[in-house]
Amino acid sequence: MRSGPMSARERVRVLYGDSLTRHPALRPPPTRRVPLTSLLRFTPYIRPYRGRFLVMFLAALGGTGISIVIPLVTRQLIDGPIAAGDRQGVFALGAVALALGLVEGGLAFLRRWVMAIATLGSETGVRLDMYAKLQRLPWGFHARWESGQLLSRIMNDLSTMRRFIGFGLLMIVMNLLQIVVVTSLLLRLYWPMGLVVGVAAVPVVLVCLVNERVYTRLSRGIQDQTGDVASSVEEAMQSVRVIKAFGRAGLVYDQFDRRARVLYATSMERVSNTSKFWTFLEVIPGLALVAVLTIGALAAAQHHLTLGTLVAFITMMLSLIWPVAALGFLLSMTQDAMTAADRVTEIFDAPESIADGPLHLEQPQGEVVFDNVSYRFPDSEEDVLHGLNLHVRAGETIGIVGGTGSGKTVLTSLVARLVDVTQGRITIDDVDIRDLKVANLRGIVATAFEDPTLFSMSVRENLTLGRPDATEEEVADALETAQAGFVHELPWGLDTRIGEQGMSLSGGQRQRLALARAILVKPRVLVLDDTLSALDIHTEALVEEALKRVLVGVTGLVVAHRASTVMLADRVALLQNGTITHIGTHSELLATVPEYRDLLSASFDAESELDELEREVAQ
Amino acid sequence: MTAEEASVEEDERDSLAQDESPSLEEDVEPGDRDEESGDQDRQSVDHSDETARDLEWRGVAAEQRDALSERAGIKLAARSRALLGDLLRPYRISIGLLVVAVVLENLARLAAPYLVQRGIDFGVPPLLAGGSAATLVEVVALMVVAVGVQTVTRVYFLRLSGRVGQEVLLELRRRVFRKFLRLDVAFHDSYTSGRAVSRLTSDMDAIAELLQGGFDGLVNAVLSIVGVSVMLLVLDWRLGLMCLATMGFVVLLLRWFRRESATNYRAVREASAMVIVQFVETMTGIKAVQAYRREPRNQELFLGLADRFRAINVRTFRLFAVFQPGIRIIGNTATGVVLLVGGLFVLDHSMTVGVLAAFLLYLRQFFEPMQDISQFYNSFQSAISALEKLSGVLEQEDGVPEPSEPVPLPQASGALDLDEVQFSYVPGVPVLPSLDLHVPAGQTVALVGTTGAGKTTIAKLISRFYDPTSGMVRLDGVDLREVSDDDLRRAVTMVTQENVVFAGTIADNIAFGKPGASREEIEAAARVVGANTFIEALPDTYDTDVAKRGGRLSAGQRQLLVFARAVLADPRVLILDEATSSLDVPSERAVQRALQTLLSDRTAVIIAHRLSTVEIADRILVLEHGRIIEDGTPAELLARGGHYADLHSSWISSLA
Repeated sequence: MRSGPMSARERVRVLYGDSLTRHPALRPPPTRRVPLTSLLRFTPYIRPYRGRFLVMFLAALGGTGISIVIPLVTRQLIDGPIAAGDRQGVFALGAVALALGLVEGGLAFLRRWVMAIATLGSETGVRLDMYAKLQRLPWGFHARWESGQLLSRIMNDLSTMRRFIGFGLLMIVMNLLQIVVVTSLLLRLYWPMGLVVGVAAVPVVLVCLVNERVYTRLSRGIQDQTGDVASSVEEAMQSVRVIKAFGRAGLVYDQFDRRARVLYATSMERVSNTSKFWTFLEVIPGLALVAVLTIGALAAAQHHLTLGTLVAFITMMLSLIWPVAALGFLLSMTQDAMTAADRVTEIFDAPESIADGPLHLEQPQGEVVFDNVSYRFPDSEEDVLHGLNLHVRAGETIGIVGGTGSGKTVLTSLVARLVDVTQGRITIDDVDIRDLKVANLRGIVATAFEDPTLFSMSVRENLTLGRPDATEEEVADALETAQAGFVHELPWGLDTRIGEQGMSLSGGQRQRLALARAILVKPRVLVLDDTLSALDIHTEALVEEALKRVLVGVTGLVVAHRASTVMLADRVALLQNGTITHIGTHSELLATVPEYRDLLSASFDAESELDELEREVAQ
Repeated sequence: MTAEEASVEEDERDSLAQDESPSLEEDVEPGDRDEESGDQDRQSVDHSDETARDLEWRGVAAEQRDALSERAGIKLAARSRALLGDLLRPYRISIGLLVVAVVLENLARLAAPYLVQRGIDFGVPPLLAGGSAATLVEVVALMVVAVGVQTVTRVYFLRLSGRVGQEVLLELRRRVFRKFLRLDVAFHDSYTSGRAVSRLTSDMDAIAELLQGGFDGLVNAVLSIVGVSVMLLVLDWRLGLMCLATMGFVVLLLRWFRRESATNYRAVREASAMVIVQFVETMTGIKAVQAYRREPRNQELFLGLADRFRAINVRTFRLFAVFQPGIRIIGNTATGVVLLVGGLFVLDHSMTVGVLAAFLLYLRQFFEPMQDISQFYNSFQSAISALEKLSGVLEQEDGVPEPSEPVPLPQASGALDLDEVQFSYVPGVPVLPSLDLHVPAGQTVALVGTTGAGKTTIAKLISRFYDPTSGMVRLDGVDLREVSDDDLRRAVTMVTQENVVFAGTIADNIAFGKPGASREEIEAAARVVGANTFIEALPDTYDTDVAKRGGRLSAGQRQLLVFARAVLADPRVLILDEATSSLDVPSERAVQRALQTLLSDRTAVIIAHRLSTVEIADRILVLEHGRIIEDGTPAELLARGGHYADLHSSWISSLA
């Protein structure tokens, strides 16, 4: 972009462009934990900006110093030149006050200007490392975490930490400094009045500390209750048709209203809390002012005190209000930042259980063998799959049929190592898939899931998900094979945005796009989960046709719910209670296995069923 | 560092955090064509030239259609004002009291520096001369009174204004929620649930935010600026005028800041929304991401978005970095000038030390709220625009209004008549050109035809999700437009493939069909459709919380629940629109069996792609382009050898 020092943008790229392929910059967890442990682990993200952080600190220090000095200049002015009638002196000291004021403003500007790049740069660094980490974490991790929880970590928690590091921490230091310096100055100026101010500060500190706790509790309550109201709203707005179909608007409104009233009550509690607290914060200094003026006037009368000192005293006392009152707020900010850091490190410390193996298959044939495979969910005590054996020859298509809960979905996730088997092994061309480089394996195996995930991006970007470098011809071929030519009819063709934030597509269209996406990877092994969705007969035929073409020349594992899909398979495996009980051609199984017939023979003969029922009743 | 700074920091956070929630506002969709032409706001970001190319991957989306918020400005303002007036009308007296309280409070606050001046100038000299302390005592007493007045009025004001604000907010929530529930399906179809949700969440939050933080501050800022100006002029008009002259700079600075932050605000929201979309979609689609080795490309895209977000935030921070110290410098300059010029005046005995001290105190009161005004700007602006959108929703007309004098229909028998019904979603493109259909009470009718033949439209007309463009839909001979919502919903229920499961237990979900149903009734309904098998296998059977395990209920199980719900509702007319599509073969068979008994004594309209479902009907209608092309019993139609017979034979062959 420009020569000379690196721009902020370049710096972010240089520092975090490779986040995905290296360990996060975060420090490893220490063996001994102290309260600030989690926060301290983030120092590597600050280091690149240490110069700026130093400038911030010095500017803040200078600013605080000047704000303490200005009242002293006032005092000097009143007691010296003004009292002595020294016009020259008034000019000189007035100019000094003016200059100090300008410098103070300048330092505030400098601090804030520098802070922007430093704190936001650090925050962005953590954000990028965290995104990379989450992309590496296995599906098992993501199944346990809602995306909303992750989102609040990568957005809200990171900005909480940023605010603490760029502002809260600095303020704690500066405020404490100001309190100590100003109080000792006040005591030195005239100790009885200094004492009054010191005494007045004690209740303020106590009330602030206590109140902060109450306030935080109420605010969290309001946050939660706002969330409750929001979930009522979301539920109602998403199911408004069902609510109307059943005429249940009243029921739904009552539930919403109950929650809205709870929120109202807590909000009112907070109103009453803050009204008292804010008033208190104004009244105490008001009373202190009365006391200082009384004592000051009496002291001045007895020549213990000059008028200049009295004016300086009042100004300095007023400047103490904020640093004292803010202590409670700053403490809770610190607390929040530590909690946020804990929540964020929790993600950084999650184990990346799916790791690369040493091998790389150059020319895979695509023979897939399940060898005594078991799978169990981490939080479960029962195997979902157990003792599963299946030999799929290279180029063969196997249909997998099973009832609800038989373990079909897990099976589809095993081959591409989205999850790892808990016992036994899966091999491709006699190599355990855990011995392969993960990227290599996922290049060999393509998986199209029951619910085709579309991202809010252009059609092209969605298609080339696994092959960002695919050529126009390859894309066109894949669309052709998958019968997904409809994308050319979209308003902007392949540039049309689809997904939640774009054009919505029908179930059949989504399925065909997902197929095209899988083909584009040119896999040797294709794992498909055929959906059980409402496609009309015409669309269903299109999808069947697409499937048929896609399966030519690759090893296929197809989870099938319909007889017509099963017809595409060379052989069918029947999955029951987590293991394969029968394997054979469709007609063999149909003829010999009653459970299979039960699952797939859709020819529902109402008359014969009724007859059967009647017979049962008769018996 | 000062109090103002802390609150400014907070404000920065708010402007950044506005959109940091998973619910996405429609603002995300500005239509990327705009972006390519280069928005003014983004020119100053350090890499605006690369924006268009960087975002190519997002693809092009239709222009945002927010008819409600895009209407001309003046009308909107009037509309919001009317709404606000209506909401505040019950509080006229309270508002009057609030005005009195806030004025008193500000007078009391203004008194303090003035009394300090009195104390120094008139209280101390007699004492110095060894005279009486009467003046000082008087001043101190007045100060105590002022503090007392300030205390009482402030607490009173904060409480009362807080209560009025919260009550208005509650009322607004209620009105808007009720309105959304009331508005017709056509409205919801085009408005989308996402936007409805953000009306009731982020827009309400914007108003709550203003009530909590901004309102009180704004009122006080204006009052103290006015009050202080007057006091300064009264105390010493020469020095007062000098101080007020600095207001010119303040106004310039404020105007600059307002303009910059308004344009920046939108850019921040948009950049943050894009980061959120990319993040959430990566996480929800992580299976596809990993299965397709999408990680490097994602990382590259996220780097671009996160950096864009960073750069725009840097800009926001810098706006504050200029504005806040800017006000500070103006304030400090004013103080410096007061010291210098005031010092000379004191020297010339044309002013007293007390006045000088009062000036210093007043300047504090003058410049502190100045910063507040800028802080409230964003929250004020977003509350205003929220109010505009909300008033737009509230003035929306109901497309399917309830009759004012309904014809009572407590016990419908279930006879349906569609007389010359015409219907179009888009004017001029009729989905149903002119449909006549008469279904006697108790008949089961199946609708067959390709997508777009008008089957679902018929279902929606019968359940009065829409009213016909012309013609009439009648239940037991009464026009649906004359039937009250309660009577209609008791008589007619529709089950679709949209398997909505609500938060709560399984039992709650079934009971949605009949609030207050006993456990026996609920279980019986589940048994009818065969849902009892899977429910009883759940850890807490009927008391299982679906929100916690909802993800684990399969589509088929959810559909069975929905069926049980409809069975419990026990309507005279049951409409099934693709209601069995997610069931696997064994469950579907169980449902078929249930349907045969269930439908025997009620009117039913069934739409299904699977002909197995259709076969149980008494009568089949084949539709094409909104017209009935075949009508008869299944056996008749098979014998006739028309469309239905063709469909049937291709279905049989697909079963192999």
